[in-house]
Amino acid sequence: MTMMHYEPYQTEDGRTIGNTLMEMKNITLRFGGVVAIKDISFDIREGEIRAIIGPNGAGKSSMLNVISGFYNPQDGEVWYKGERRPHMRPYQVARLGIARTFQNIALFEGMSVLDNIMTGRLNHMSASILDQMIWWGKAEREEVKNREKAEEIIDFLEIQAIRKTPVGRLPYGLKKRVELARALVADPSLLLLDEPMAGMNVEEKEDMSRFILDVNDEFGTTIALIEHDMGVVMDLSDRVVVMDYGKKIGDGTPDEVRTNQEVIDAYLGVAHD
Amino acid sequence: MAAGVPAKGGQSLARTTAVSGVPESVPALLARNVAQFPSKPAYREKEFGIWQSWTWAETAEEIQSIAFGLMALGADKGDYIAIIGRNRPALYWSMVAAMKIGAIPVPMYQDAVADEMAYVLEHAGARFAICGDQEQVDKVIEVQETVHCIEHIIYQDPRGLRRYDHSKMHSLADVQTEGRAAHERFERQLAEREAAVGYDDTCVMLYTSGTTGKSKGVVLSNRNVIETARNSSEFDHLRPSEEIVAYLPMAWVGDFIFSIGQAYWTGFCTNCPESPDTMMTDLREIGPTYFFAPPRMFETMLTSVMIRMEDAGRVKRNMFHYFMAHAKRVGPALLDGKPVGVLDRLKYWIGDKLVYGPLKNTLGFTRVRVGYTAGEAIGPEIFDFYRSLGINLKQLYGQTEATVFITQQPDGEVRADTVGVPSPGVEIRIGDNGEIYYRSPGTFVEYYKNPESTADTKDPEGWVATGDAGFIEEATGHLRIIDRAKDVGKMADGRLFAPKYVENKLKFYPNILEAVVFGAGRDMCTAFINIDLAAVGNWAERNNIAYASYQELAGHRQVLDTIQQHVEEVNKSVAQDPMLSGCQVHRFLVLHKELDADDGELTRTRKVRRKIINEKFEDLVTALYDGSKEIYTETEVTYEDGRKGKITATLEIRDAKVVETAGQTQVAAQ
Repeated sequence: MTMMHYEPYQTEDGRTIGNTLMEMKNITLRFGGVVAIKDISFDIREGEIRAIIGPNGAGKSSMLNVISGFYNPQDGEVWYKGERRPHMRPYQVARLGIARTFQNIALFEGMSVLDNIMTGRLNHMSASILDQMIWWGKAEREEVKNREKAEEIIDFLEIQAIRKTPVGRLPYGLKKRVELARALVADPSLLLLDEPMAGMNVEEKEDMSRFILDVNDEFGTTIALIEHDMGVVMDLSDRVVVMDYGKKIGDGTPDEVRTNQEVIDAYLGVAHD
Repeated sequence: MAAGVPAKGGQSLARTTAVSGVPESVPALLARNVAQFPSKPAYREKEFGIWQSWTWAETAEEIQSIAFGLMALGADKGDYIAIIGRNRPALYWSMVAAMKIGAIPVPMYQDAVADEMAYVLEHAGARFAICGDQEQVDKVIEVQETVHCIEHIIYQDPRGLRRYDHSKMHSLADVQTEGRAAHERFERQLAEREAAVGYDDTCVMLYTSGTTGKSKGVVLSNRNVIETARNSSEFDHLRPSEEIVAYLPMAWVGDFIFSIGQAYWTGFCTNCPESPDTMMTDLREIGPTYFFAPPRMFETMLTSVMIRMEDAGRVKRNMFHYFMAHAKRVGPALLDGKPVGVLDRLKYWIGDKLVYGPLKNTLGFTRVRVGYTAGEAIGPEIFDFYRSLGINLKQLYGQTEATVFITQQPDGEVRADTVGVPSPGVEIRIGDNGEIYYRSPGTFVEYYKNPESTADTKDPEGWVATGDAGFIEEATGHLRIIDRAKDVGKMADGRLFAPKYVENKLKFYPNILEAVVFGAGRDMCTAFINIDLAAVGNWAERNNIAYASYQELAGHRQVLDTIQQHVEEVNKSVAQDPMLSGCQVHRFLVLHKELDADDGELTRTRKVRRKIINEKFEDLVTALYDGSKEIYTETEVTYEDGRKGKITATLEIRDAKVVETAGQTQVAAQ
């Protein structure tokens, strides 16, 4: 078995959507007797923004955790870059070029924004602890290179003014942006965003949407995101997977999903009159 | 003769050639600087967390490559080239590159909305627009629906622009590469064009912010710019080692004179912040020696210092207040070189080690040798605060039409209530109605395509009406400004009405951000007041007062009480001036929204537009005079992205105590 094959195409706004980057095949995830994900298959294509939506408890976050290697599904296969991915620990998945942000921000509150972002470069550091302690040769070269990358992202996300500010002192919207920066600095080929707009006001949501689109556009990063806000999802994504009670009930472009009766029922509830 | 622009008006101004040996254009000054200090830094900009710098020689190369690139795109002598963006070296270079090819740079306000931009681009007939980033490019593209003169858009920051139609759009880097490649093809032509730029040719065109109606394009010649830069640099003994931070809008004449005029004349270094948000950090890292800021900026800084001191520990706070009190007493005298006792000097020295020095360092003012504020009156307390710290803050009075400088305060003759003596080469005359007129080497050539306004403002002998009323103090020869001449009016009973005078007194309170006083042709004065969200918000936090919005805070009873106290104090102080005692504020209200340039209530340089406010808030003004206790109102607001919305509020109107004065009783008796 291999991954689904697609021909690349150009979107209306001129981005190129390529072949399959990741494919989930018949994934089932159980916690004891509870079935969180039931036999779900979908794929993510290179360069696209792929959203996973669904009401509360639909299994979206579980799905993201399967992709990031935090959960290993009981059934089904995860295919990534043309190969079947064996069971892996999250740090191994990260090394494959998959970076993520968290629904409940997971930053080091006492460290500065810059230091937090630098931790995202961990997989690009190979100098030994001893090298780093005496700060010579490779360690220094790596640090300079990593800092360069970090500064590029800081500039990109317009957070220059808080570079040296401890993360704990930042407002929520900015913390979210710092988290995005930390994920981006790893140079991911697949970026997972867990509810990037949760708890934000309209203006912050607009900013974040802009950044997500820019990231996809400038770096060509493939993005898979979970989001509650339907409006945001429909504007941002190329294709949407809709989940309800652990099952996939819809998959397609925002327009297709919007007109899918099952999705309407799940989201808006069934009309009783 | 001027490149493509026939110079009208001001014929009587001497048209002699420049003093021999003086470079006659900004590009010529550049060439002189390259010869004199090739390896001295000319520009710095913080990018990617590091200060990048360019020497004068490198700067000249960058400018030349832009000039070649513009020529390759077909830029011609006499073309108008719009420059839109925040202060960045590449945009300054673009201006000088435009001058080099005989074109005229037109820097524009980057926060202007598309409509305002359309007017300027169309009026100037700009063929090229050089933009900082996508935001500006988008506006220029939007404008092109109605404005058809723009042929090429050039941008510096490519972010988000990759997929735009590039048939008429170029990145500045590409333009430079193209220019470098076309080096040989254009070398002779460029040298000829540069040599042809004369002393009386147009150097730059700057649009006024327009307190009333449409903005006007002020044409400044090389003579205006260079002579003013020379005079003012000599006045303050500016040296090539000065450092300035360029952060004020590039479209504003002050930035042009500081960052190009004086910088090129003197050869000092212009530093550009990383982003508008990092300004304070960057200021501190650079430690400018020559600094300019509008009063509002000094106010904001002082407010933030005071707020932080309130939050500091008791020992620190007491130490701060103790030494600041001492500084207030002897600081200004020390700065002016007046005699001060040995003990006081010692105490000041200790204070400097413990408080003043660290504070100046935090603010980025440690190395300031010459600091200026202008544009609006500055509160005496604010002014004295900085001077008592040992910062040589001075005032100047100027306008675009004068190439900035009309009067300046010489070192050692600095006061909060005057704006100084005439700058070198400037003559001043006070008209019969109190209006200030000046004539100087910096007097503008004309308003572009507007001979009537030119004739209204500048008479055949070269005297320019400032539109401000003021007088010269006989004892000191210093100029004092009262108000805008056309705002100075009479009240119904004939008493003098000078709104700005009262507004400034109100605005000196940290809680009050903006004030608008009414009273022309009325029997009493009333006022709109805007609270300062930073100061009042902090006070509310300290006193456990919850508020959800600006509007709610502005309408809070305790806030109104505080503002009422301020108004009554101002009334007391106004009453002391027999000429202006009629201007006491009888009734006031606190506005439910901040006055904003996006809504047209302020100019882009944050000056109050009285006429528009009068029309827009007509219901509120009426309520101030009909004795009502409160008023319900709806106001249209414009969001930053240009969308419009409505806010509604019920505002309380309060009566303030006024001081009975002789004049008033007299009028009452009549």
